[in-house]
Amino acid sequence: MTRRPPEPVQVIKQRRDAALSALVHGVPYLQFLGVEFERRGDELTAILTYDDKLIGNPMLPALHGGVTAAFLEATAIIGLSWSLIWDDLETGALDPRSLTPDALPRLPKTIDFTVDYLRAGLPRDAYARARVNRSGRRYASVHVEGWQDNRARLFAQATGHFLMPSRDD
Amino acid sequence: MDQDKAGIARQFIQAIPHSRALNMRVELLGAGMAEISMPYDERLIGDPKSGVISGGAVSALMDTCGGAAVMSHPAAPASTATLDLRIDYMRAATPGQRITARAECYHVTRSVAFVRATAMDEDHENPVATATGAFTLERPKGGTT
Repeated sequence: MTRRPPEPVQVIKQRRDAALSALVHGVPYLQFLGVEFERRGDELTAILTYDDKLIGNPMLPALHGGVTAAFLEATAIIGLSWSLIWDDLETGALDPRSLTPDALPRLPKTIDFTVDYLRAGLPRDAYARARVNRSGRRYASVHVEGWQDNRARLFAQATGHFLMPSRDD
Repeated sequence: MDQDKAGIARQFIQAIPHSRALNMRVELLGAGMAEISMPYDERLIGDPKSGVISGGAVSALMDTCGGAAVMSHPAAPASTATLDLRIDYMRAATPGQRITARAECYHVTRSVAFVRATAMDEDHENPVATATGAFTLERPKGGTT
């Protein structure tokens, strides 16, 4: 029995990073907010780079509650999409070069999203990670945690339900 | 809320950096009710294939509108912050159309305000999204509690 040699590390990284970049950079609203994603294996961390336009309370100052909601929702949607394309990407069924802003997989649609504000968002970068708790054929449930300086001190968390993109469109 | 106070509140909301970034406009404000709209903007697209505005941008509009409804409540809060916000998305907003949110602060306790809100595009019969939220309510210092 002959085993295929493992792929060179750079090939793997290039493929995964290209797919993630196409997914994230195809969404104008993520560019507007200033959200980028870092990847370790299949784990994603969303980064919201601080900007004055994200402020909702200039007196404190604090991040806008809507910015926090939008950031966590974006983290959930990209996290869920990423988990959906991961297997196809790794088996070669999906070629990352085919992922252009015009040919992205359809994103899941938000059914509902509940944000729990735990403390004021400080005027600095924020981070978030999504955990897909249930991913069915039609529906998914995703939990997101957001933090700033300390990973253990969340400033917000959220849970949302999503309608899966249909396979054939 | 008298005219002067409403004018100040309107300016205050429109001066919030993120509200300015989304070009929000206060349409109506007073007695625990607020209506705020924002124009369609290609920078806010969440689905590049359809050109539909991101749910996150609609959330930001609903959150602003909810906070404005709390601030305009007759209890005259000194400040407010969102504790919890749940948004239900009924349908995609039609690309190119202005989105308007209407929020009502329907109950306040000494320290919490309860809000419900609806977001519509130009089809006012079929909401794009609805929301319910709980907001903190800071009473003015020296005021009645």
